[in-house]
Amino acid sequence: MTGLEAHAAEVHGAAWTIKEMFVYPNEYIYWSIQIVLYPFMTGLVAGAFVLSSLYHVFGRTELKDMARFSLLFSFALLVAAPMPLLFHLLQPQRGVFVFFTPHFTSAIAAFGIVFFTYSAIVASEIWFVSRTFFVHEIERLRNAEGICNRVRYCCYRGMSLGAYDMGPGADQADHKAIKILSGIGIPVACFLHGYAGFIFGSVKANALWMTPLMPVIFIMSAIVSGIALCMLTYIIIMEYRKLRALRNRKPWMPAKDIAGVEIETVKITARYLVGFMVAAISLELLDLVFRGYTAVKSWDILRAVIYERDFIDIFILQYGIGNLLPFIMLLWPRLTVRRAVVALVLVLMGVFMMRWNVVIGGQSFSLTFAGFMHYHMPFMPHNLETYREGFFGLLTILVLPFVLLWLVNKLVPVLSGGEEETSGH
Amino acid sequence: MISRRDFIRLSLLAGAGAGLGVGTVRAQETAGPRSRWVFLVDTMKCVGCGLCVKACKLENEVPYDLPVTRTWVERYVITGEGQISVDGKGRSVEAGTVFADTPMGARDGYKQNVFHNYTELGSNVVVPPDMIAKSFFVPKLCNQCDKPPCVQVCPVGATFKTADGVVLVDRTWCIGCGYCIMACPYGVRFFHPVYRVAEKCTWCYHRIVKGMKPACVMACPFEARRFGEANKPDDPVAQVVETDRVAVLKPEFGTRPLVYYLGLDENVR
Ligand code: SF4
Ligand code: SF4
Repeated sequence: MTGLEAHAAEVHGAAWTIKEMFVYPNEYIYWSIQIVLYPFMTGLVAGAFVLSSLYHVFGRTELKDMARFSLLFSFALLVAAPMPLLFHLLQPQRGVFVFFTPHFTSAIAAFGIVFFTYSAIVASEIWFVSRTFFVHEIERLRNAEGICNRVRYCCYRGMSLGAYDMGPGADQADHKAIKILSGIGIPVACFLHGYAGFIFGSVKANALWMTPLMPVIFIMSAIVSGIALCMLTYIIIMEYRKLRALRNRKPWMPAKDIAGVEIETVKITARYLVGFMVAAISLELLDLVFRGYTAVKSWDILRAVIYERDFIDIFILQYGIGNLLPFIMLLWPRLTVRRAVVALVLVLMGVFMMRWNVVIGGQSFSLTFAGFMHYHMPFMPHNLETYREGFFGLLTILVLPFVLLWLVNKLVPVLSGGEEETSGH
Repeated sequence: MISRRDFIRLSLLAGAGAGLGVGTVRAQETAGPRSRWVFLVDTMKCVGCGLCVKACKLENEVPYDLPVTRTWVERYVITGEGQISVDGKGRSVEAGTVFADTPMGARDGYKQNVFHNYTELGSNVVVPPDMIAKSFFVPKLCNQCDKPPCVQVCPVGATFKTADGVVLVDRTWCIGCGYCIMACPYGVRFFHPVYRVAEKCTWCYHRIVKGMKPACVMACPFEARRFGEANKPDDPVAQVVETDRVAVLKPEFGTRPLVYYLGLDENVR
């Protein structure tokens, strides 16, 4: 054994777990910040997609501007969503085994299937939405000079998949395909995320996680977070464009022609947001009331966690500042863009705290029901593990979708209007 | 690291499709007449010396000085009504207050009458001998559940139940997701600090398949841990399980444990 001990071996979890009272010796916070991020990210994916589908399927034309943007953002988020899962594996190089040898009694095993089905749907929908844009670009760049333009030209030719038909029939066919794809996409998006809820809800050993409501709670809060993030990014991009346009304005151009955010779009989207928030909070409270009322064996320790140890995280940060406050701010008359931005940031924080309280909260009491564990998120990393499971790992994953969005935006302009003329659906 | 051979195997597996892959991982079991083992813990006999924990760590290459272990021994003290000492100060408690701990899994045995880490009360709790209503030790290990939730949740089938009923982890296949650790209601599993994959008690599978007994059973001087074969007609351990009043841990989870306990108290967690 001495050979093994000579390694600088570390117990996974010991660096950030503090134990109190009677805890089994092998218990640590094994699922930390990356597993908080995983449902947070898939939630954003699902929410962004549902938002875009509200326009495509249900013809909510007031959401037209947001729809196309949300769709592309959903895609960027989707690519980033498995990263936290991969990040938290102790053997990340074996991550592909999940596709090679999926063990279907496990809730995680179907991840590959669900994920790729959903990616295929989103990617093809984006293709149909952007096809006319590709064809326009091909026309425009056909004889353009310069290496950059040639590369773009080739890209678009590839991405158009040879479908150059621009007749009225083709346009209609595109619209129909988009509608069908977003129709199928809604249940699949909900499944993708409800399934993340199932991963937790089906762990019978964990008294906090085990509830059949978990998938539904996850879906509702997912939609809330997705809508909030899309609105927020949309506002920021539009305002940025306005600022840039104002700066580049020629003296003879009237400033009023330069449009920023349409407050109407914000108001309407905010109404959907508030609706989904009501659903999400009702379900969460139902779960809490039910647990308190039935008060099975685990309730003593759950009560100690919920009402005492995690009181600030749950009732102040999640429900108070993350739900109630933005709820009032969004419903208060004469919504302004600035107020909306603050409310949206709070909503996102609220949903993040909800994920935190589920994932970390679920591990903050021992299986003995007689002891507690505290998670102290590592800040400055001193090795790979404390990076991945610490603050900087969190930052990396949070920045990733924006980098991806920026990349996607290079090829498929995300927002109609501005200096880039797009086909806009 | 994936060797070239593994890589080729992987690629073939990928080509051959998902279902087939699981079969290949599982196919490492050998054929032949099967034993059905059974484990018996007599809590009445355990004195909390920790020799079993020591033996296990050495036998199974679990780093000796790190705070994880395949098996451990818990100590329980249930008080009467009166005064105990918390950080040197007197404090009254109700009758039936439970104190329990298992420092380092009891590797070094229990030599002091102090419970550390009871932060809500204070960090050092001492129950004076005349305040102890009852006290006992409870050895714990993997229950080799007949319906193991840890096996159910493994996304890649890296943890599996052998035909003779022992749950094992394939160290070459575990991706280190920790789902099985979350799923075990008994807190038996952990990540091996060196191999960095899921690790658990195997009842010393490498020994028992050769007809030997697990290291902890051999190490126990008081026969608090006993090991037998359920399908041998006159096996003494199997007979105790059949004829005596035994209990299992946390039956409410429906895991059907194969570790049976004599003298299990209601306060055992
Ligand atoms: S005791 Fe835990 S690790 Fe052992 S078989 Fe049962 S569930 Fe699996
Ligand atoms: S940690 Fe390893 S053995 Fe456990 S569920 Fe994950 S892959 Fe399977």
